[in-house]
Amino acid sequence: MIELQNVSLSYGDREVLRDLSLRLTERRIAIIGANGSGKSTLARLLNGLALPSTGDVLVDGLNTRKQGRDVRRKVGFVFQNPDNQIVMPIVEEDLAFGMKNCGFSKAEIAAKTAEILARYDLSDLREHPAHLLSGGQKQLIAISGVLVMEPDIVVMDEPTTLLDLRNKRRIARAVAALDQQVITVTHDLDLLTDYDRVIVIDEGRVFADGLPAEVIPAYQELMA
Amino acid sequence: MDTALKQGFATKDIVYIALFAALTAALGLMPPIHFAGAALPPITAQSLGVMLAGAVLGSKRGGLALLLFIALVAVGLPLLSGGRGGFGVLVGTSGGFLLAWPFCAALIGWLIERDSDASAVKTGIYVAIGGIALMYAAGIPWMAFIGKLGLTKSLTIMVAYIPGDLVKVVLATIIARGLRRAFPTL
Amino acid sequence: MLDLYSPGHSPLHRMRPSLKMGALMVGATLLMINQSLPITVAAALAILALYPLAQLTLKQAFAQVRPLLWIFVLFFAVQWYFSGLTLATYVVLRLAALILLASLVTLTTRSSDMIDTMTRALRLLRPLGVNPAKVSLAISLALRFIPVLAQIMTEVREAQKARGLERSVIAVAMPMAIRAIKMADDISDAIDSRGYRS
Repeated sequence: MIELQNVSLSYGDREVLRDLSLRLTERRIAIIGANGSGKSTLARLLNGLALPSTGDVLVDGLNTRKQGRDVRRKVGFVFQNPDNQIVMPIVEEDLAFGMKNCGFSKAEIAAKTAEILARYDLSDLREHPAHLLSGGQKQLIAISGVLVMEPDIVVMDEPTTLLDLRNKRRIARAVAALDQQVITVTHDLDLLTDYDRVIVIDEGRVFADGLPAEVIPAYQELMA
Repeated sequence: MDTALKQGFATKDIVYIALFAALTAALGLMPPIHFAGAALPPITAQSLGVMLAGAVLGSKRGGLALLLFIALVAVGLPLLSGGRGGFGVLVGTSGGFLLAWPFCAALIGWLIERDSDASAVKTGIYVAIGGIALMYAAGIPWMAFIGKLGLTKSLTIMVAYIPGDLVKVVLATIIARGLRRAFPTL
Repeated sequence: MLDLYSPGHSPLHRMRPSLKMGALMVGATLLMINQSLPITVAAALAILALYPLAQLTLKQAFAQVRPLLWIFVLFFAVQWYFSGLTLATYVVLRLAALILLASLVTLTTRSSDMIDTMTRALRLLRPLGVNPAKVSLAISLALRFIPVLAQIMTEVREAQKARGLERSVIAVAMPMAIRAIKMADDISDAIDSRGYRS
C-alpha cells in the first residue's frame, strides 16, 4: 500500500504538486490529467525517483526519502518510452540486468527469463538486439524487465502513449492479467473501464477521485 | 567535485559517459564533406563529438567518454566514419589524432571548468585549444613518424583541414552553450 | 551486433585475445624499429600469408587497406619526390603491413570476447580506483545507445529535410543532443529503478 502524506513538490519556484494526501489501496488505480498537470511527477514519487519537497511518501510503511533502495525493489516502474528503459543491447541481457542487481542466481535468471518470454509469446526474441524490436515488443520487454524482479506494486507512466491500437490492447491485456497492484498514469481513457479507481490531477491537486464511471465524465468536462 | 571523486561516479555520470561515446559514434554517420577531389580524406563530423564531450561533460567524464569510444573502436567495432574500426586504424596514419581524442576532450573540459562564466568567444578558444591545437600537436608528429614525412610536410597536409575544424569549433561552442542552458544540472 | 569479426575456426580464431593483442604489440614495435626494406617486404608477405591461414580471403585483406589507398599514394609520391623510391616503398609497405597485422586481430576476434578480455584486464587497475562493473555497464550502455542515436539522427534529419536543413550540422546535432540527454536522464532513472547500486 502506498500512502502520500501532505506531499508538495516544487521545481525552483514552480509548484508541481500541492499538499496531496492519498491512500492507494485498490488493485487497479489510474491517474489521469492534462499535460503538465503533475501526474507524471506523482508517478515518480511513488518509487522514490522523485522526492517530495515537503511531506512523505510511504510504501508499506517504508519512507521513500530514507529507504529508497528497498522501495524500488517493492515498486517496479515502467516508463513511457521503452527505448529509455531498456538498458542492455540484447533482450536476454536486459531482462537479466535487474535480476543481477538484486542478486538472483544464474539458474533463477535463466528460468525467469524463459518464463516471462513464454508468457508474452516472445521466446524467439531472447537473443535479439533490443533496437530491432517493434514498439509493442519493446514495451512488453520493458514491462518484462520490471516483472522479473517480482515487485509488489507496478507503476506505469503512460505505457501505451507511443503504441498503435493493436499494441495498446496487447499491453492492456498484459496489465489486466497481472497479480500485482498496478498504478497507471495515462491519457488513454479506453484502458480504464475495468479499473477500481481513477484519480484526476489538475494543477497539482486532486480534481476528482472515484470509480471510472463517475470520474471520467468529470474529466472530459474539465478538458472541454 | 571532491565528493564526486570520493564516491565514484553516480549512475547518471556513467550514462552520460556512455551517451557521449555513442554520440561520437553516431556523428560518424553524418555524410562526410569531400573536398580536394579524393586526394585527401573527407571532413567528418566525428571530432565534433570530442569537442562536445569536453565542453558539455567536463574534463573527467568527457575524457572517459572518448576513452570508451576509442576502446570500442580498438576492440573492432566499426564506429569510425566510413565504418572503420579495429587496431588497424589506430596504428595507421591518423592513429595519433584518434588516440589524442580522450586527452583533447579532457583538456577542453578542464579549461571550461576553470572558467565557467566564459563568454562564447572564450569558450570557443578553449574548444579550439583542445580540439585543434592539442589534437594537431599529437596527430601531426604521429603522421610524420609513421609516414617518415617530416613535420613540415605533414603540417602542410593538415592545413587543408583547419577551416573545417574551425567550423566545428564554432558548432561545438554553440551546441555546448545551448545544452548547458537547457540542462543546467548536467 | 555490428562487428568487423569474420567467423571461422582457424588457430588464430581460437587463440586467446590477450595473446593476440600481446603479439600485435610486439609485431608492431618490431615493424617500427626495423629500417630495412627487404625485411619489411618479407614481413608484409608473411602477414599476408597469415590471412588464408586464418580462413580469410585476400579480398578481405585488401579491404583493410583500401580506405587508406589515397594516403598511400600521397605518401608514396611525396617520399619518392623528396627521398627516392626505396624509402617511398619502405614507408608504404610498412604502413600496409602494420594495418594488415592489426586487422588480423580484429577480424579473428569477436568484439564481445575482446570486451571480456578488457574488463578482466581492468581488474588489475582496481587499486587505482577503476570499478570494472561500472566500466562494463558503460560499455553495454554505449552499445545500446548507438543504434538508438542513429535512429534519432535519421528522424531529426528527415524532419529537417522538410525544411531543407538536413545538411546543416547544427540543425541536426542540437535537437539530437537534446533528445539524447533527455533519454539519458530517463535511462539513468530506469537503471536506478531496477536496483542498480552505483
